[in-house]
Amino acid sequence: MSDETMTLFSPRLAARFDALILKYPLRRSALVPMLLYAQDEVGYLSDAVISEVAERIGITELEVRNVATYYSMLRFKPAGKYNVQVCTNISCMLRGAYEVYERFQEELGIAHKGITADGLFSLEEVECIGACCWAPAIQVNYEFHDELTPEHVPGILAGYRSKAGVPSDGSLSLGWKAGVPSDGSLSLGWKAQAEGNAPHA
Amino acid sequence: MPRLVSHPDEVKIVSRRFGLGAAKIDRYLELGGYKAAKKCLEQGPDWIINEMKASNLRGRGGAGFPAGMKWSFVPKKSAKPKYVLVNGDESEPGTCKDHLIFLHDPHAVIEGTIIAGLAIGAKVGFIYLRGEYRYLLEIMEKAVAGAYAKGFLGKGIFGTDPKTGTEFQIITHTGAGAYEVGEESALMESLEGKRGIPRIKPPFPAVVGLYGGPTVINNAETIATVPHVIEMGAAAYAAAGSARNGGTRLFSISGHVERPGVYELPMGYNLKKMIYEVAGGVRGGRKLKAIVPGGSSTPVLLPEEIDIGMDFDQVAKTGSMLGSAGVVVIDDQTCMVEFALRTISFYQHESCGWCIPCREGTDWLKKSLTRFHAGFGTAKDIDNIQHIAENMLGRTFCPFGDAAAMPTLAFVKKFRKEFEDHLNRKACPFAKHVELAVI
Repeated sequence: MSDETMTLFSPRLAARFDALILKYPLRRSALVPMLLYAQDEVGYLSDAVISEVAERIGITELEVRNVATYYSMLRFKPAGKYNVQVCTNISCMLRGAYEVYERFQEELGIAHKGITADGLFSLEEVECIGACCWAPAIQVNYEFHDELTPEHVPGILAGYRSKAGVPSDGSLSLGWKAGVPSDGSLSLGWKAQAEGNAPHA
Repeated sequence: MPRLVSHPDEVKIVSRRFGLGAAKIDRYLELGGYKAAKKCLEQGPDWIINEMKASNLRGRGGAGFPAGMKWSFVPKKSAKPKYVLVNGDESEPGTCKDHLIFLHDPHAVIEGTIIAGLAIGAKVGFIYLRGEYRYLLEIMEKAVAGAYAKGFLGKGIFGTDPKTGTEFQIITHTGAGAYEVGEESALMESLEGKRGIPRIKPPFPAVVGLYGGPTVINNAETIATVPHVIEMGAAAYAAAGSARNGGTRLFSISGHVERPGVYELPMGYNLKKMIYEVAGGVRGGRKLKAIVPGGSSTPVLLPEEIDIGMDFDQVAKTGSMLGSAGVVVIDDQTCMVEFALRTISFYQHESCGWCIPCREGTDWLKKSLTRFHAGFGTAKDIDNIQHIAENMLGRTFCPFGDAAAMPTLAFVKKFRKEFEDHLNRKACPFAKHVELAVI
C-alpha cells in the first residue's frame, strides 16, 4: 500500500477496518460496512477509497465497484456536508412529503441530487426510510426528523447551519436562503443534479 | 424520537418494554430479561422447537411461515457451521415496527437470536440492519457489548464452562441501502459482501445458507417475539391470537388516519376497527377510499372489504396479504393512479435487475403509469399495464416481481374508473403534484 493511500483514513477508521475484517468468517463480509464507514469519513467513494478498500479486503477494485454500485446509499461523487434525504414513498406522500420536498428545493435552490454552491447541503428524494408512522420524515445524514410540515424546513436548515458555524442571519443569510451564493454560481449543484438519477420522476 | 402510541385494545407482548429504558441491560434484566434464554439452555433444542411450533408464531417479515417449522428444517448434524441471521433490513413501504424494536428493546432481539442459535445448534448469529438505521445499529452494538460483558454472549454463556460449555457470538452488520436485500437469499449475498441478488431455491437456506452452512433467517420482530413465547409459554402465546396465527402483531398504521402509529394487536383483530377505533378514523373526517393492508407489496382493499380479521389466513381470503402488517390508509382526496405510480416507481428503483421480467416489467409499468398520470394515456394502456403485470407473476427468482405486479393488478382492477378518468389528455381529477411529463 502506497503512502498516499495510507493517508486516506484516520487511524480510528483504519483500526475499525482491521477489527471488522476479523469479525466475520470471511473477510469479504466486511466490504459493504467498510465502504459505508469510509464514505462517512471521506465524503464519497473516490477512486482512492475504492482502491484502499480493495487492497484491505484483498479483492480487485472491479469487484469493489461491482458491489458498491448496487447500494443506493453509496455514492461516487461528493454530497453536501449535510445530505438532506426526503422520503416521498407512499406513507410520507399521503401526509405531504412532496410539499416538504418542494420547500427544501426552494430554500436550498437545488433539486434532486443537487448540492448548494457552498457545499453545505445536498438534497435527495429517497425511498422509504422506515418512519412511516411518523410521516412525513426525512434524514439528514443519519438523523431522522419526523412529522414534518413545510413550515419546519427553514428551522431544520438553520439548525444545521448553526451546527456548521454558519451565521443564520446577517449579510450571508440572503444567499443561503435564496440558495443563490454571493458569486452567483450554481454550477456545482445543477451539474450534480443533471447527472443524478432521479428515483421518482 | 418516534412517537409511541397506545390504545386500550392493545395486547402488549413484544412492545411491553417500549418506552421503559430497556435498551440498558440492567433495566432489561429488571424487566425479566434473559430468563427465557437461560431456560432454553437448560431445556435443550427439541423442547425449544416444540414450544415454537406450538406457539403458532409465524414469520413477521411477510411470508407468514411458521417459525418453529423453519427451525426444525435445519439438519442436526452439519459439516459446515450453522448460522442464525436476523433480518432487520426493514424496507417495505408502510412498515416501521422493527425501528421501534431496535430502539426500545434491542436485548429482546439478542435474546431471541441466542434462543434460535440454541435451537438449531448455531454458534454465531448475525443481526443485519438496513444502512439508514445507523442510530439503531449503534443502540444494537451497545446492547451486544452489554450482553458480552454479562456473559450472555461469548464462550460459556450463562455460566457454563468457558471451554466445554455453550458458545454463542453475535455480529451486528449494516447494509447500505437496498430494499431487495430484505429477501432472504439476497440478504445472505449482501452479508457475504456481494450485490444483493437472490439465489435460486432450492436449496433453501436451512440446508445451504450463509457461507454455505445451514442458516435460519427470521425477521427482527419474529426474533424479538421468541423470548416472550418462551416466557409466557407457547399455549398462552398462541391463545392470544387467532386460529393457526399465534399471538400478536405490531401493526404499523400510517397514511390518512387521525392517530398513526405502531400498535400491538392480537392476530385476527378486525381491520375496520383498527382504522376507525384504534387509529382514530380517517383524518379530518374524510371518507375512506382504499387500504393497503400489509405493506406496499400487498394488493389494495376497498372500504367494503375491510370487515375482516387481520391474520395471514383471513387476509389471504380477500386476495390480498397480511404481509408486513403495514396498514396504509388512503382517503377520498387521493389519486389512485398517482398512488399506483408512486408504488411502482419504488419497485422500479429497487429491482436488483437480475430477472428480466422484474427489471423490464417494473420499468415499463413506471413509464406507462407516468405517461398515463400526465394525461397522455390511451384506453389500450390500461389493459397493457395489466398485461405487463400479469407476465411478471411467478417468473422471477424471488418474490420481488410478484410484489410489484400484485398491487399494480389490484389498482387497475379495483380503480379502473379512475384510470379511465385520466384518459384523453384530461388533467388528473385530483391534480395535486402533477408534473407534466416531457414525452
